[in-house]
Amino acid sequence: MNLLETRGLSKHFGGVHAVAGLDLTLAEGEVVGLIGPNGAGKTTAFNLLSGFLAPDAGEIRFRGRSLLGLKPHTICRLGLARTFQIVRPFPRLSVVGALGRHPAAARARELARAVVERVGLGAKAAQPAAGLTLAERKRLELARALATEPALLLLDEVMAGLNPTEIATLVALIGDIHRGGVSILLIEHNMRAVMALSHRIVVLNFGEQVAEGPPDAIANHPRVIEAYLGEEYVHTAPSR
Amino acid sequence: MRWLWPAAVLLLAALPLFPSLFGSYAVTLFTLIFFYGFLGQAWNIVGGFAGQLSAGHAAFLGIGAYTAALLSVEKGITPWVGMFVGGALAAALGTLIGFLGFRFGLRGFYFVLLTVAFAEICRIIASNTDTIGGAVGYYITFTGDPRQFQFQDARAYYYVALALMLAATGVVAWLARRRFGVYLIAIREDESASEALGVDTFRYKLLAMMLSSFLTGVGGAFYAFYLFSLQPGSVFGIPLSVEIIMRAIVGGAGTVLGPILGSFILSPLAELARLYFAQSGWHGAHLVAYGLLLIAVVLFLPEGAYPRLARLFRRRAPQTP
Amino acid sequence: MLFGGVFSLMAVGLTLIFGVMRVVNFAHGDMMVWGMYLAWLMASRGGIDPYVGFVVCAAALFVLGFVVQRVLVQRIVDAPHEMQILLMLGVALVLENTALLAFGPEPHRVRSALAQSTVWLGPVFVDVARLIAFGVAVVLTLLLSLFLFRTDVGRSIRAAADNTYGALVIGTDVRRVYAVAFGVGAACVGAAGALVAPLLPFQPPTGLQLSVASFNIVIIGGMGSLLGAFVGGLLVAVAESLGAIFLKPSLKELVSFSLLVLILLFRPAGLFGRRAP
Repeated sequence: MNLLETRGLSKHFGGVHAVAGLDLTLAEGEVVGLIGPNGAGKTTAFNLLSGFLAPDAGEIRFRGRSLLGLKPHTICRLGLARTFQIVRPFPRLSVVGALGRHPAAARARELARAVVERVGLGAKAAQPAAGLTLAERKRLELARALATEPALLLLDEVMAGLNPTEIATLVALIGDIHRGGVSILLIEHNMRAVMALSHRIVVLNFGEQVAEGPPDAIANHPRVIEAYLGEEYVHTAPSR
Repeated sequence: MRWLWPAAVLLLAALPLFPSLFGSYAVTLFTLIFFYGFLGQAWNIVGGFAGQLSAGHAAFLGIGAYTAALLSVEKGITPWVGMFVGGALAAALGTLIGFLGFRFGLRGFYFVLLTVAFAEICRIIASNTDTIGGAVGYYITFTGDPRQFQFQDARAYYYVALALMLAATGVVAWLARRRFGVYLIAIREDESASEALGVDTFRYKLLAMMLSSFLTGVGGAFYAFYLFSLQPGSVFGIPLSVEIIMRAIVGGAGTVLGPILGSFILSPLAELARLYFAQSGWHGAHLVAYGLLLIAVVLFLPEGAYPRLARLFRRRAPQTP
Repeated sequence: MLFGGVFSLMAVGLTLIFGVMRVVNFAHGDMMVWGMYLAWLMASRGGIDPYVGFVVCAAALFVLGFVVQRVLVQRIVDAPHEMQILLMLGVALVLENTALLAFGPEPHRVRSALAQSTVWLGPVFVDVARLIAFGVAVVLTLLLSLFLFRTDVGRSIRAAADNTYGALVIGTDVRRVYAVAFGVGAACVGAAGALVAPLLPFQPPTGLQLSVASFNIVIIGGMGSLLGAFVGGLLVAVAESLGAIFLKPSLKELVSFSLLVLILLFRPAGLFGRRAP
């Protein structure tokens, strides 16, 4: 049984099909990258998976159990956590995430500390979050999600706004998290990061899946090039 | 910072001693400080901690006040019991407003409007219901019977108000340390993220609303048996809701001591303004001052007086390793 | 029904402010009441008929709106929404109570020579005053649309509303644009106030009722949509006149607030609403 499975997932806003019949699978232990041009429906897909939006059609199964109609907090407790693009700084929220799992405040604080250490913010643990750099805030965001002890982590453009060194550090951290037993589905525009992390890449355009495969297959896939650059450039792809 | 808490506790402990030292005017002033501090603290739960701005809390006070008054005068039920009935009814309204508001996803400005609308609806209904006095108001004859929550001695009211304020503060201090409080703060900071982190935001917001409205309703009984007259315009009106909010905002919304500090700052000012301006026949001057103060606080002191003071003291204190 | 024109003007003003700055003007009704008081001042002290004087009211309120935005609101554009709400509440308090201080709590009414006469319009008797109010309001709304769609300033306002960052990039002085937008929104209610002053008795608390009415209209019509505000104004006016026929005056307010609750619960996107706040 796959960890995550969607079938015919659809969502439209007015006349626009943000997500149209998406069939996505993710097996336990996989890292899957979700790429596509802006407006392809990636964040909408995340919102559907995490329960912030209700699909118009289709199925979502997590560990065999349907997620339809469940509220985001329930989905989180089932083991599916996500990050957001905009991190609103607040120091206690990592504790909140931990509290989500462990009602006892002491155990929660222990877990929160451990998680904050894990993402490399241990030295700054006592500081108010407003004083952190962007890269550090991203790691805090990761810590919050990790504190809920997820089986599947949805990462929404975590590399955005970071310089190459910071990206490299973050990629290493995510790899480490993955080795700790967390499966990952990530939306990303930074191709280096996606290629480095993913076992498999899914390409979306106009809400539909247009390609899927291991990273090197995707890099030269004509439909992928078409999606990003337009039809005219397909012929410029290096022949295999 | 270390010594701020013990100092505050000492001060609070000394408060019961004051009435014997003060003249009657000071006793009245302090009674008002405590009572409005209590109301501000009750509001603080949903408005400060959970971040759901309610501009219609007067509705809960009004319901509690009228309930306790009617039960006592018409049915002979002592307000010592009536206050809890009033609180329960207020909590029922609070639950309704919270349920509707949160179920329909009303946030920020929309939620404020909803609360204002309900408070005004209560006011209009009360104004038009002649059995409870209509627009003219409901009056309670003073009997001075303590079993009916009426006291000859003003100092008794002082102690009751003090007890109310301490009780509310105790509740807030307790929940601030528990999961409940942390969740509320998280919801205030970022509701979506909290939801995504496993917090049932609807449930906790509703609980905060219920608790807050219950306490405010209980306060209504005090209001009724302290002032002995209830006018829909005063008891359900926006000026009263503003008074309540101001205590928490000026003092520090979302902090435990904020509303108390706010009340200590505002009530004396309000009394001064009332004395000074009412004599010259200037209606509403103190509300203008409130409006200006609110603007000033939002622009220059958004977190309120208490956090700013706390930081000031922290900086002065020697660094403890 | 003819109030609809004025309602629309009120609502359009509110929408302009919200659409451009995402700030909800809680002081909207109180600004309108000041427009009414100014009209009264001009009529009683200067003998100026409000149907002429409304221009002055609009100008005065423009200045007020401009200043409020530039001095107060601008400082907290990035602050959490609760702060903006509280700020505007503070402004509302100040406006309402300075009016109370200045003019006292008794209702005022403006006498206008035109208010006394009526005219046949087809099969119906129509108040000249209402007719003029309606006409002027509609004309002003049209002028406003012209302003927004044809002039440079108007276009920059719309640009800033749609995409603040983009507007900044092309060098728009966003702060000035915001202030102008707020000023224009306030001017709308200034004019609306003057136009309506001969028709309604008013006192400081009227401000809240007018604010609620504006919110009702704007939410029905759709937050952020000018067309929605315009249409909403006409609709609500019709509903209100129907309500006035059937209900006691004191209950009219009740209907207004109950309507607000229902609208809030069931239609936050409104009829024409393009975006959620």
